[in-house]
Amino acid sequence: MKADDLVDLAARNLRESMFRNSLTTLGIGVGVASLVAMLSLGIGLQQLADRRLARSGLFDTIVVTSHRSLRGFGRADNRNEAPPAESPPLDETARAEMARLPDVFEAVPDLRFISEVRYEGKPHLAMVAGLPLSARDKDAFENMQGSFFSSDAADEAILQIQFADELLGIGQKLGESSSKLSGQTQTLIGKELTLRYAERVPSPAAPAQEGGGAGDRSGALKDAPQPPVMAAFSVVPRERTLRIVAVTDQDPEGMRGASGARVFIPLQMGENLHVMLPSGLRGSEPDFSNVPAYPSLSVRVKSPDRVEPVQDAIRKMGFSTFSILDATRGLRRFFAVFDLFLGIFGSLALAVAALGIVNTLVMAILERRREIGIMKAIGASDGDVKKLFLAEAAVMGLVGGMLGVALGWAMGRLINAGANVYLHRQNLPSEELWAVPWWLVAGAIAFAIVISMISGLYPAARAARLDPVQALRYE
Amino acid sequence: MEKSTRAGTIRTESVCRHYPMGDGVIRAVDGISLEVGAGEFVALLGSSGSGKSSLLNLIAGLDRPTSGAVIVNGDNLAEMSSEELSRYRRHSVGMVFQAFNLVGTMTLLENVELPMRFAETERGQRLALAREALQRVGLGGRMTHRPGQLSGGEQQRAALARALANRPSLLLADEPTGNLDSHTGNEILDLLHECNERLGMTLLLVTHERSLAERYAERLVFLADGKVVGEQANAPVSWQEGERQ
Repeated sequence: MKADDLVDLAARNLRESMFRNSLTTLGIGVGVASLVAMLSLGIGLQQLADRRLARSGLFDTIVVTSHRSLRGFGRADNRNEAPPAESPPLDETARAEMARLPDVFEAVPDLRFISEVRYEGKPHLAMVAGLPLSARDKDAFENMQGSFFSSDAADEAILQIQFADELLGIGQKLGESSSKLSGQTQTLIGKELTLRYAERVPSPAAPAQEGGGAGDRSGALKDAPQPPVMAAFSVVPRERTLRIVAVTDQDPEGMRGASGARVFIPLQMGENLHVMLPSGLRGSEPDFSNVPAYPSLSVRVKSPDRVEPVQDAIRKMGFSTFSILDATRGLRRFFAVFDLFLGIFGSLALAVAALGIVNTLVMAILERRREIGIMKAIGASDGDVKKLFLAEAAVMGLVGGMLGVALGWAMGRLINAGANVYLHRQNLPSEELWAVPWWLVAGAIAFAIVISMISGLYPAARAARLDPVQALRYE
Repeated sequence: MEKSTRAGTIRTESVCRHYPMGDGVIRAVDGISLEVGAGEFVALLGSSGSGKSSLLNLIAGLDRPTSGAVIVNGDNLAEMSSEELSRYRRHSVGMVFQAFNLVGTMTLLENVELPMRFAETERGQRLALAREALQRVGLGGRMTHRPGQLSGGEQQRAALARALANRPSLLLADEPTGNLDSHTGNEILDLLHECNERLGMTLLLVTHERSLAERYAERLVFLADGKVVGEQANAPVSWQEGERQ
C-alpha cells in the first residue's frame, strides 16, 4: 500500500474512535510535555550558567605569568622550560605580541596594588585593581549603582559594596553589613576619594624608554641620591584624587577570595600612575630595567573553545599560563548528567503513555477484528495490516508529540514566569531559566513518534497474524 | 454471447482441510478433487457443515489445505507464501459473503476503493473504477452512504461492486442470498450471473438452495461431510427468462 494511502487510512481509522484515541494522544502529549518541560529547564539552566560564566570573564581568560615570577603557574608541568634567568620578561613587547595572536580579543596587564584610600579624611586600606573598558560587560557591573568609567584614562573609581560600606561606616560593628545597594551607597556616587601610592620614577641617568604618563610629579624626591647603575629608579609617594562613579554589590574578583580588589580604576589611568609593584623589586629579576615588567597579564580570547590553542601559543613564547577551562568541562559534564536525569524523569510519563498506546491498539484489534479479516480477504497482506497499525501509532505519536511540545512550552513559560516573580521579590534581576531550542522541538516529536511506533509493534504484529477465516467469523 | 477464454481455471486435487478439535479431528474438507473451467458458473450445494464454505476459503486463498493441492490459473495455492497468497486474493479473486462484510465506518465509495488501495492503483483511476463499479450495480446515487444506511440488498450489491473492483478472473460467492429475501436474492444472483456472462469471470457459488443454483449455475456439485457426493450438469434458465421479460 502507498504511504499516502496508509496515512489516509490510519487517520480515518483514528477519527472513528475519536474519544478513545484523543485520550491516548493526550496521554502522549502529557508525556512529551513533561519531557520537554524537564529538558527545557535543564537546557535553560545550562545556557544561563554558560551566559553567566562567559560574562564573568573567567572562562575566556588566560592568566599569563613569566617564569621569572615566583607566582608563575604550572611549574610542576613545565620542568623542561627555560630557567627563570633565560625566560623572556613579561613586558609591553610581550603583551603586544600576545594581543596579535589569532583569536585573542585583548591582552591587558593585571594591575593591582594595595593602597591607602582616604575618604573624608579617614584612611582605609584597599586592594586597587585596574579594569579595561571591556570589563563593562561583566556580570559584576551589570546591575551596579551608577555608571561605568567614562574613559580608560578618567580619574574615576568603582567601589565594591563591602568597601563602600566601610567608607560609610556600615559593618564596623559585628554582624552589621548591608551588602546591598541602597540609598546610602548611592550617596557615595559623585564624591571623591584620594589614592595614596608609591610611584616608580626612572632616574635621570637611565630614562625610561616610554616616557609620558607619569602625571604630576610635584613632590617627587628630586634630591634623593641616585644609585650608580644603568637602570636605576626612584620611589616617590603620590596622591591622586578620584571621583566615585559606581558601587557594585557583586564581587568582580570573587575567584581571588580575600585578595580580590575592592576599588577599581580605569586600567590606562592605573598604568599611567606607574605604581611601584613588588615585582619591580624582586631579586629574581636579573637586570633591573626602567621598562617595567608586568607581574601577570590577562589574555582574553574570542570564545572559550579557543583558550587551549592560544594557551599553547603563549607557552611557546616562554610564559606560564593558567585558565579554568577544565572547570568548564566539568560543568558541561555536570549539565549533561543533569539533563540525562531530567530526561529520564520526563520520559517516565511518556513510558506510561506508551502503555496507553499498546492498550488502545490492542482494543482496536479486538474491535476491528472483522475489519482486519475483510481487508485480508480483499487483498491486504500481513505487511499492509502491520503497517496500517504502525501508521496509526505514528499518527498518534505525531499529534501527541506536537501537543506535548506546545504543552511543554506553556509549562516552561509558566515555570519561568513563576521563578521571575520570586526573583523580583528577592530584588534580583529577571532570568531566562528555560529554553526550548529547535532541536528539542524536533527531537521531542520524533521521540514521541518512535516511542509510539515501538508501542505499536506488538499490536501491529498481532493484527497481522490474524487468521482471516477466523476474523471473518468474528461477531 | 461468447464467453471469454481468460484465466480462471480451478483444480483441486484430493484437497483436505482438517481441524483438530480436542482429541479428534474435524474433516471439513476431506479429499475433494474438482475441476472448474475458465468462465464456468458452478454451484456448490450441501447442507450446513458439508464443507462448501471451507472449500471456497481454500480456493479463495484465505485458508491453506492440510493436504492436497488447490491449483488456480496453473499455480498451486498450497505452495504460495503468505505474501503471494495476498497478491493472488488482491488481483485474481473477488469475494461476496453472506454477511456482506463491508467496512461499516467507510462510505460505499471508500469500501469499493479499498481493494484498489492495496493494489496501489493510482488515486484518480481508483475513484473512476469505484464509481463505475457502483454504477454497474445500480448504486450510483448512494456512493457517499455508509453500509448502515443501506438495505441488505444494497449492501450486497456494494459488496459485489467491491469484488469486481480489481477485475478478478474468479468470483467466489459464499451464500450471497442467505441474508436477503427471495426477490432481492434473485436480483443479486442476476448481477452475479451477468458478471459471469458478460465479464467472463469464473463463478463459484456456495448455496444450500438448490432451486437458486438450478436457476443460474451450469454445473451443480453436491457436498456432504467434506466430500463430493454428486455432480450434475445444469441448464440455467434465468438468463433466458430475463431476456424473455
